[in-house]
Amino acid sequence: MSGVNTGSRGAISAEDLSMSETREVMLDIQGLEVHFETRRGIARAVNDVDLQLYKGERFGLVGESGSGKTTMILALLRMIKTPGFIAGGRAVFDDGTDLLRLSPEEVRENRLRRVAMVPQGAMNSLNPVMRIGQQITLTMREHGEEGTKVEFQDRVAQLLDQVGLKPEVAQLYPHELSGGMKQRACIAQAISLSPRLILADEPTSALDVVVQRQIMQTLRQLQLQLDATVLLVGHDMGLMAQFAERVGIMYGGKLVEVGAVADVFRNPQHPYTQLLISSIPSFERRGTFKGIPGVGLSLLDSPTGCLFHPRCPQAMERCSRDEPGLTQLGPGQHVSCLLYEKDESHATSA
Amino acid sequence: MNWNYIVRRVSLFLVVVWAAASVNFFVPRLGTGRDPIREKLGQLAASGGLRQDGIEAMVKAYQAKFGLDRPLYEQYWNFLADTVRLDLGYSLANYPARVGDLIGNAMPWTIGLMVISVLIGFAIGTLMGALSAWPGSPRWVRGMAVPLMTMSAIPPYLLGLIVLYILGLKLKLFPLSGGYSPGMLAIASVDYYIDVVHHSILPALAIVLQAVGFWALGMRGMMVTTSGEDYIALAEANGLRNRTIFLRFGLRNAMLPQFTALGLSLANVVAGQVIVEVIFAYPGIGTVLFQAIQASDYTVINGVVLILIMAIGLVTMIMDFLYPLLDPRISHRSGT
Repeated sequence: MSGVNTGSRGAISAEDLSMSETREVMLDIQGLEVHFETRRGIARAVNDVDLQLYKGERFGLVGESGSGKTTMILALLRMIKTPGFIAGGRAVFDDGTDLLRLSPEEVRENRLRRVAMVPQGAMNSLNPVMRIGQQITLTMREHGEEGTKVEFQDRVAQLLDQVGLKPEVAQLYPHELSGGMKQRACIAQAISLSPRLILADEPTSALDVVVQRQIMQTLRQLQLQLDATVLLVGHDMGLMAQFAERVGIMYGGKLVEVGAVADVFRNPQHPYTQLLISSIPSFERRGTFKGIPGVGLSLLDSPTGCLFHPRCPQAMERCSRDEPGLTQLGPGQHVSCLLYEKDESHATSA
Repeated sequence: MNWNYIVRRVSLFLVVVWAAASVNFFVPRLGTGRDPIREKLGQLAASGGLRQDGIEAMVKAYQAKFGLDRPLYEQYWNFLADTVRLDLGYSLANYPARVGDLIGNAMPWTIGLMVISVLIGFAIGTLMGALSAWPGSPRWVRGMAVPLMTMSAIPPYLLGLIVLYILGLKLKLFPLSGGYSPGMLAIASVDYYIDVVHHSILPALAIVLQAVGFWALGMRGMMVTTSGEDYIALAEANGLRNRTIFLRFGLRNAMLPQFTALGLSLANVVAGQVIVEVIFAYPGIGTVLFQAIQASDYTVINGVVLILIMAIGLVTMIMDFLYPLLDPRISHRSGT
């Protein structure tokens, strides 16, 4: 077992381990494909991803830059811009709505009401010429919410209170807030219509660790209150270990391993995950800085078979030939690697 | 905004006007060697076929009348005193017409034509520029950028000649020149106003066409930057309507620098559009200025320039007072 560093941010509690299997699926993503058309061919930014998100869970999506994490989030929001497009797949909510088959107007209504986004760069994510209260009110009104000025003032005050901001903040402009306060205001806006799924794309990347911890706590608290599902995207492994219940590891647009956060961190199965986990610096094991050999793959010129095989220390001969499918290992832990595929005929099915 | 700032800003305005007016006083007197009074009297004498006997005496008399025989510092002092009283003196070339009257008669024509043209050009240009840069616009709207750029590159007097030729000369839709029909009584009647508007359409069109291109170009650049801002992306992710995002998130933010340019542009209105006005024989300040330059009418030139200086000073001051209302990030509370 490789040493997992979760820094000083706390360990994984026992209750986190017992979840996953008994829960009901809220969003079922099947075969999601996002392609980008380039002059040199098609780049598969999200490559046949299957993922079930449970109701009220915190799921972390990890991967290096360009692995398709953010693209996946944008696909769920239907915000992929040309030259990118969603080339296939389904993303079905438990009420039967398929996010990938909504009309443009449904897409608009669906945002925030069902799927909300907490942005990456909160520093610049609020309109600089509008007061915080005005922005939140405008956003709610655009979704058909009705009420008097006073009613909206009350709702805004309540939302601000939920994210730990004083009601006076409603009267301020974004430039009068600190980075953490801006992110809180963005979260208040995101939860204004009680969404079922909150997509958080590295919500704390621009903040210092103290504020980072507070924001993550707020997000967790709200997630419990709303019984919403949070899909957290990032590459801060410590943050993931602390926040998420389950994690998914992405490489080259593919989901290579999914499992409970403790299983994946303590007992990673996919060679890429193993290297990723062991590359986390640790106080206990100070020494040479370990990385993953080779460079991230080019989506335009991707290898045959398993996408990771050119960098994989455990690569076998068939890795350059066969594409691995998802293999179930333990309860809730899946991995996409030929090392675990005993049956060769099953291998090419994916 | 506090009183301290207002006082400082008004003082700055006065200093700017004084400095610019002083430059305007000294530069023409720095040795062009020309004597407008003598030239004017010479012209009159020549056209009247008279002998040139008494001219020296007349030049002396007029110079005494205009104060041009005094030492420079005394002239300067008088000039400042007159300026404060807004007394622009007599026209050298059209004595005894007063400069204030010449400018006063031409000003309504120029302001009426130019302010309306500039505002129409600004409104259309800003909107078209913004739409041409907006990712959500239809393809043909975004393609508008090319003709807009072309329009901004053609000077207004050339556009003036083109519209004059096509709409005025060939199609005979509009009168070729003047501010109103000859023989029309310049009294406030409906017929008169219709006639005035009819005459102003061609020169206005020349100015508007060029202004649309100019404003569109500036706005397009700003909108390209703004449309890539994080708050636009988040507004979209929050499911706001496209129109709302365009108007209240995009246009509203991209427009801030346009206001500065609009202010300066409106201030420049008081100097007229010299070439356009001359082409259309429009009775505005531009024409007055053109004739004054031809006749070396220094006092009139001085007057027009002085009014221009004051207008620019005044408008920039007003803009400074307005900025905090347009952009909450700018405030005059302390230190600034």
